[in-house]
Amino acid sequence: MNNREKEDYLREYSILKGEGKSFFPYAIAKDGSMAVITMLVIIVLTLALGAELGPKADATTTSFSPRPEWYFFFLFELLRVVKPPELTFLATMGIPTICLVLLLLLPFFDRSPERNPLKRPIATLAGITTIVAMAYLTLLGALGGSPTEIELQAAGQEDGKQATASSGCLGCHRIGENGNEIGPELTEVGARLPREAIARTLVNPTQPMPSYAKLQKQDPEKFQDMVDFLASLK
Amino acid sequence: MKLPTPPLPRALKPKPGRPGSRPPGNGDANGTGGNGKVRDLRPGTPDGNGERPSKGGPRVDRERFKEQALEVPIGVAGWLDERSGMSPFVRGLAYRKVPRGTNWWYTLGSATMFAFVAQAVTGVFLAMYYNPAPSEAYESITHITNDLFLGEFVRGMHKWGSTVMVILIFLHMARTFFFGAYKYPRELNWVIGVVLLVLTLAMGLSGYLLPFDQRGFWATVVAVNINASAPVMGPYIADFLRGGSEFTATTLSRFYSIHMLIIPGLIAALIGAHLYLVAKLGTTAPPWLKAEKAKALNQEEL
Repeated sequence: MNNREKEDYLREYSILKGEGKSFFPYAIAKDGSMAVITMLVIIVLTLALGAELGPKADATTTSFSPRPEWYFFFLFELLRVVKPPELTFLATMGIPTICLVLLLLLPFFDRSPERNPLKRPIATLAGITTIVAMAYLTLLGALGGSPTEIELQAAGQEDGKQATASSGCLGCHRIGENGNEIGPELTEVGARLPREAIARTLVNPTQPMPSYAKLQKQDPEKFQDMVDFLASLK
Repeated sequence: MKLPTPPLPRALKPKPGRPGSRPPGNGDANGTGGNGKVRDLRPGTPDGNGERPSKGGPRVDRERFKEQALEVPIGVAGWLDERSGMSPFVRGLAYRKVPRGTNWWYTLGSATMFAFVAQAVTGVFLAMYYNPAPSEAYESITHITNDLFLGEFVRGMHKWGSTVMVILIFLHMARTFFFGAYKYPRELNWVIGVVLLVLTLAMGLSGYLLPFDQRGFWATVVAVNINASAPVMGPYIADFLRGGSEFTATTLSRFYSIHMLIIPGLIAALIGAHLYLVAKLGTTAPPWLKAEKAKALNQEEL
């Protein structure tokens, strides 16, 4: 916008403003009604959907699939769309950062004086494309699982996971992202040892690992779940 | 451009004196009642006493009571104005013109702000009972949910308020974008608005950990790891967020203070700046409207 266009705009705007009504009470009545509607929507959502609270956080869980708030689904979905690991940083930081910078600097590169959306097709199309893309990614994110679910193989072993988490394996062993590295890593133990071997090791381990023979006697089901879970780690 | 002085609200306008209350020797009633001062209408005043009985007591009494009752807010406003000098400012703000064609799309910004206020209020009540220690956080949330009067309701409102606020801020931004309202002279306000959007999303992210349930915990672990994957600054930001290289007790209280002190403070300050610019520059007119007078002038020039 050059100076002439700026002045033209300010002149036209002052006339349009002069033709308008006063903020109080006309605009404030609309704003107030909208505030009441906002409040009602929040209350209706609360009454209809409540405040869900999952199980307590447990840092030893190995395969909980994290889901963000729904309005971050589009960001998480990017992780799945961008497949090669060396490009992951593009999905996690690169693309969102570039989009954000573009958004922030929008008034500095779009400097045409035209404001009517029908007369600036590029901007309008870019806006609609962005909205459609975000809506599509959000929908994909809502329908699919979380991105990390794909990496972790142990889906459908809830009992075994619980048993493993509560038996203190992670005090010495590493499973996936969690645990210590005193003993051998168990992330892919199922590939190294057959199921029976795992059970045998648990009952009759090499020192200093404690024996789980007591658990096998007291709660054989829990023991079996744990063995199943460990065997499934491949 | 200077706007004409907006009219005084009716309650503040000097009233023409009633026939009976006109003090003798002062011909024009408007003159006496005028100069902004409210006339003395206490029951004991001598002026006007003579005529009252003949006009039928109860009605006059009621009118007199109404005027007396009106004196209270006028008196308070006058007292405040005398000491703060804010009445021209408030009047200018309230009676400023909004351009022709202002429609419901223009309410999205104020609705977003209202959602923020609702979040602040419900958040304050939650903060009264929340305990940001890893061993206590989840229990304090279940205490709020199960034991407290309306506890689950307030927590639900805070949770769904965030969703509503995010939707509203995106709608508000879409309106600004499609109406070209970010163009001259409102570029700075657009930049502030984008920062407010980022801060709002950061609120959603930092608040997600606080109930300390599995969902929130692991989603936050992933989010911080994503942060860490950023080049150069990433690991430092992640370490700052975690308060170290691991998720510890510090992480939770750190997220708590980020969620309820740092970001809301920034948001409130930036909303102030945003509103200042809105009041100063005015809201845009819908882009399809053309000023009629301007059209006429242009044609004359041709």
